Parts: sequence; structure tokens; C-alpha cells
Amino acid sequence: MSGVVSTGSTTREEGAHILRPYGDTTGDGMVQLSFTLPMANSKVAEGAAAQLANKMGMDPALVVHAKAMGPDFTFFVVYGRVNHLVDTSKVQVVERDYPLLTPKEVNLAIRKGLRRRLVVVGGCIGTDAHTVGIDAILNIKGFAGEKGLEYYRELKVVNLGAQVSVPQLVERARAEKADAILVSQVVTQRDAHILNTKEMSAAFRESYPRDKQPLLIVGGPRFDETMAGELGVDRVFARGTTPGEVASYVVDQLVTKRRGRAATGSAASTTDERAS
Amino acid sequence: MVSTTRSSAGKKLDLDPVTVRKARSLARQAGKPIVDLAKRHTTVSVERATLRLAGLQGADADGIPWVNRLLDAVRGDVGIEHGVALPVWDALVRGEADDLAVLAQKASAGSVRFRLPEGRDLTRAGAAARKQVGAGVRRVDARRRERDRLVKRFGDPDHQPWIYLIVATGDIYEDIPQAQQAAREGADVIAVIRSTGQSLLDYVPEGATREGFAGTYATQENFRLMRAALDESSKELGRYVRLTNYASGLCMPEIASLGGLERLDMMLNDSMYGILFRDINPIRTFVDQRFSRQVHARAGIIINTGEDNYLTTADAVEAAHTVTVSQLLNEYFAKEAGLENWQLGLGHAFEINPEVPDSFRMELAHALLARELFPDAPLKWMPPTRHMSGDVFRGYMLDAFFNLAGVMTGQSILLVGMMTEAVVTPWLSDRDLALQNVRYVMNAAGNLHEDFRPVPDGFIVQRARQVLGESIELLERIMEHEGKHGLLEAIADGTFGLMKRPSDAGRGLDGVAKKASGYYNPASEILEAKA
Repeated sequence: MSGVVSTGSTTREEGAHILRPYGDTTGDGMVQLSFTLPMANSKVAEGAAAQLANKMGMDPALVVHAKAMGPDFTFFVVYGRVNHLVDTSKVQVVERDYPLLTPKEVNLAIRKGLRRRLVVVGGCIGTDAHTVGIDAILNIKGFAGEKGLEYYRELKVVNLGAQVSVPQLVERARAEKADAILVSQVVTQRDAHILNTKEMSAAFRESYPRDKQPLLIVGGPRFDETMAGELGVDRVFARGTTPGEVASYVVDQLVTKRRGRAATGSAASTTDERAS
Repeated sequence: MVSTTRSSAGKKLDLDPVTVRKARSLARQAGKPIVDLAKRHTTVSVERATLRLAGLQGADADGIPWVNRLLDAVRGDVGIEHGVALPVWDALVRGEADDLAVLAQKASAGSVRFRLPEGRDLTRAGAAARKQVGAGVRRVDARRRERDRLVKRFGDPDHQPWIYLIVATGDIYEDIPQAQQAAREGADVIAVIRSTGQSLLDYVPEGATREGFAGTYATQENFRLMRAALDESSKELGRYVRLTNYASGLCMPEIASLGGLERLDMMLNDSMYGILFRDINPIRTFVDQRFSRQVHARAGIIINTGEDNYLTTADAVEAAHTVTVSQLLNEYFAKEAGLENWQLGLGHAFEINPEVPDSFRMELAHALLARELFPDAPLKWMPPTRHMSGDVFRGYMLDAFFNLAGVMTGQSILLVGMMTEAVVTPWLSDRDLALQNVRYVMNAAGNLHEDFRPVPDGFIVQRARQVLGESIELLERIMEHEGKHGLLEAIADGTFGLMKRPSDAGRGLDGVAKKASGYYNPASEILEAKA
């Protein structure tokens, strides 16, 4: 994901940015850990667990729980002290360059900013019959615990499904007055995904005036996210992208940014809290 | 079959029998026009399922199944409104090919023309079709008898609820050892999750498959491999381990038929899930669903319905009655198709926001309502997913409360909740911890339902009554819809969830045909004669 790299604040008092984990006393450095080793439960296994914890920097490491899971695996819980210091002034995080919004916030932003439903037209172009990607993003069923774009009240979703030709896509986009186009490409034989995407972006360039062109988004497991410019699209999403990310990006581009460029800086400060 | 040892259940909520009868009668009134509509139509998948029952297997070099190739050829020549059987067996009787496989190859090469036989040709084609499809149905019957034998030999689980675990690696050869390990760890039922998007494929992939997206493709060969592996496990463990897959999406009837032929024991099979959550055309879904349930009835397969899905999109308190309405509709459609009470794995879920005061009491009320409305159905109890936050410790506690609600209200099939829900696909240790959780609760409180009696007119009883009342109101609203098929119109205008699904749109619509007057389908004829 093309994003903004930021570091922790350096304006704090010297020393305050050096931390240790906290168990029950400041500076005790206590952490807990659980894991499985692929070996039968035995004294050796417990020793092995302690060794792993030691190597991870836990010293002393206390193996407080060991349980056999079948004949070949053992589960451990380990408590121990780590010597490592954390310097928050040296923390680097990659921030998304758009804020991640909940469905409610997306709906509200569109309702207030656009005063009509935002139209998204999507499909798989070329001979690609794999609708896995587009459906994960568009179907209400969604992906990774997030509902798809159909779930968003203020988004009008037109899912054209599989094997849509580029002219069909352009025609439908015009008929629906699409604000954003979502194209998924799973099949990558002979770089079909690259060629199809270039054909698609070229077709939109031809049939729309430059400033009226809908937002073009492609996604698929084999795309490189830095290729947007080369492909002639606004954004490339790679494997693991969730519907919420796509919805948030669309709102950022078509609602937030369109209203005033002044807001660009503030978007970068929203920290991505999710584990992915 | 699922033993119904719920002697102490039954009267805890003191539901008014007149109200319960009214709810069922409304569900019947809402469902009847849909059944009539389903009877008047056929679909490409129903016709392909007929060919599969007749024994046509395999795929061409591009992986397109021969049933699709043959059906498309027939459809191109004479359409499907008369059914695929007459034109296909007419061609066989005429000597165009020795068997279905050769006929399919010739047809896809364009060297066979199909026609609608008449007179004596019609009689002969019909008889030949009935004979061959009948042999397929007898294979399904034989698999059912085989299950009965194995259950008798190895036995059913000695506890309730049955423990249901999921595997989903995408690779059938990885799934097999995982499923066997899960059975060793205590799973009574193994479900193999399907690859994302299979429900929208208008064909069933062929052969053993090793790559899927977040799941493994449902294919006949994968079914066979997994069933064989679990037969080994059943022998090893001395209890019959059941296998579940998904008869849903565009190929519902075909997958049901393959499940019957390969002795699957349970199938996810909801009446409206595909319409609402996958945007499959409503008529396509209802026609496919009816045929697939007729097959399940014949095959002795327990269906699992998908009411839990309503609660993942809507609030579990506000939408509690939509679960009840869906259960009532699923029950009506299932019984109409010939399924018996012991085959109705009606679903519901523990999805109330834990921050809501009295959330556990409400969960008990909802679970008990389902139990008492459907006393003889093997209810499927689904774990929390929506409020699993990534805090695995809190998740583990929620799962314990879910398990407790399950045993207190006499649920029949318990889908084991994972504390790493929404974090990772379950690790070995997650599954082990989850099963410890289930075992602890069953051991500590498994018989608590004997002592658990909600106070008459107390919070739980009143909440259950309220949900039942709201269900009746919703069913009445459905009936008030203009048009001939109240339920179809209700689905079209977004009565269920947020989704508006008109009957003239959605996926798979082009695979629906109105039956012509000479329509013939030997599979339907045999299945309905029995039902």
C-alpha cells in the first residue's frame, strides 16, 4: 500500500521514550508468551520451550504450563522477563494515506459530502471467470469479517460479474453514471491482468473527458501496488485488501479530497490499528 | 439419527400453542405460493443434477464438466423447458452414442442433434431415462443404508450437543489429516469449508483439488476422499464421524446429488441465503433448493440452515425475530420437500453484543425459543463471530458462555467457537483450547438443563414471547405484500436484512426456464413418489 511513513514524536522529555514491558512493577520487563512445539510432552519438551524463550530474550523464563495435544505436539505458556528497551522515538509505522472509516462513517461522509448515493460499478474483465476477488469486496457477504460494499447504504453497487468486455464495462459505467470502477483480475497467464487493465484504462481515457473520468481501481493477488501509474489507474489493491479499505479509499478520493485539498495532511495522521 | 433426549425441555417457556400454530400456519401461507412457483420451473442445475444421478461424470480438457457440455448442447437445440431427460435418452435410444459420456463428447463436438421425441420414441426415451436415473437414486439409497449400518456398528456420540469442527486449508490432501486429527480430538462432525466464490460458479469443479481460496472446492472426488478418511477415523475411534459440506449457490442440486452419492451426512442448505447474501436470483434459488432438499430427504442427509448469517449483518437483538421467521420458512420448505424433523438442522447464533445488559439472558431466551418451537429438530448452535475482537482472552470467555447457553438450552449441534476468530485461521492450539472449553462446560454443566427453569413470566419467558410475537408480525407483513407471491415481493423490497432482491434479477436467472407442458424429469418423479 502506498502510504506515509511516520515516526514517533521526539518532542517528549529525554528518557520518557525509553520503555520496558510492565508486569506488576515499573521496569520489571515481564511478558507472557504461548506457542506449540511439534514434539511429545516431556521434561525435554519443557526444557526446549525454556530454551526458545531464552533465545527470544526472556531471562529468566518460567514455563508455567505444558500440555500434550495428541502424541506429537505440546502447548506451552511461558512467563518471563525481557531485557530489551523500547525506544518510542525510533518507532516507524507505515500509515495509510487515507483514513480507515467504519461503514457508518462512510455512509455519513457520502450523505453529507455528495448528497446522493455514490455509484460503484465492478466486474472481472477479459476471460477471467474468477469472481472471488470482486465478490469479496462487493457482495454483502464480504471478506475477513467485513461486509462488502453492497452493505453500505450510500453506495450503489453494480456488480457485472465475470467475463465482462471492456466496451461493456465502459457502456455500463456511463449508463450508471459511475463514480468509481472496480476491476478484479485473478488470472495472470501471459500477463493477462496487466494487458487487460491497460486496455481498460485506455478505454476510459478515450470515452471520458479527463476531469469527468471515474475513479479507476484494480485489484488482484498478483498486482504490484506501485504500478498504478504504469497501468493508468488511480489505485491498485493487492492480496488481503478488505471492503472497508476500498470503501474508505473511495470516500477519501471522491468525497474528502474533492471538497478541498487542504485536508490532505490530516488524513496521514490516522493510525491503522488493525493487525494485518 | 440425533437422539431426542430432551425430556426436561418442552414447557419451560410455556409458549401459547395457539400462537405457535398461528406462526406455522403463516409460514405455510407464505411458503405455499413459492412452492407452486418452484414446481412450475426448472433450472440448468436441476437438469445437470439429473444427469449426474444418471452417472455422468468427468470433465473436458478445459475442466468443464460433461454435464455442463451436454446440457448446453441440448439447450441449444431444444431448450430445457421440456427437461434434459427426453432429448438425451432419445439420442441414446436412437443409437447416437453407447453411453452418456460418449454422447456428451459428441454433443460438445457438435455431431449430435437433439430433438423432442414423440409417440413411441417418447415412451422409449422416458423409460430409458427412468431406468438409468432410477439406478442412480438406488445408489443413493444404498449409501444411506451403508450409513445406517456404520452408525449402528460404530455408534453415535454419547453426548449432546454434537461437536462440530471446521477444516479449511484449500488442499484436500491437507484437509484430510487435519480432519482426522480433529476427530481424534473430539469432533463428532467435520465440515470442510468451501473455497470463496464457489457458490457463484455455474459448474461443479472436477477431481481432487489442491488450491482454493479460504476453503476447499466441493467436488465429487474430494467428497469421496474425505468420507473414506473419516470412515477410517470412525473405525479407529469407535464412533461414526459425520461429514458436512455446502449444498448452496448456483449448483445446489448437483452438490446435493453428489453428497447423496458419496454419503455425506450433513449439508448446509438454506432457503434464502443465496438470494440475500449472494444475489442469486430468487426463483433459481427456490427451484434449486426444492430439488436439493428432495435429494437430501432421500439420502438421509441432515440439512443445516443459515440463520446465523442474519445476525452477522443485523443487530442480534433487533433482528432476533428474523431468525425465527427464517427457521419457520426453512421448516416449511424442508417438510414440503420430504425432509423429516430429525433432518432439520435449523440454525441460530450467539451474536448479541456482550456490552448489552442482560445479553446472556437474552441469548438463553432466543436459544430456548428455537428449542421449544422445534423440539425434534437437531438445532445447530453457532458461536460468536461479530463481537470477537482479537482480544483472544475475552473471546475465550465469550465462547465459554456460548457453550454454556448451548448445554443449558439443549442444542443439538454445537459449532465450536475459536478464540482466534477474525485473527487467524485456527491454529492447532486454538482448536485444542476450544475443545477444552467445550469439554469443561459439558462436564461441569452438561445436565444443568434439568435444573434450569426460567421463572414463569420472568425476563427470559417474556423475551421469548416478544420475539415470537415479532415473528408473527413480520410474517403478517410478508403476507400483506401485493402480488401473487408475498414472500417474493417481500424479498424484492428488502424486508430481509438490507438487501433488495427482485425476482427478475440476480445471478443464474438465465438458467431458469418455465416448464413446458411435456416436461419430464425422472429424478423428480422418483423423489416425489417417495416423498
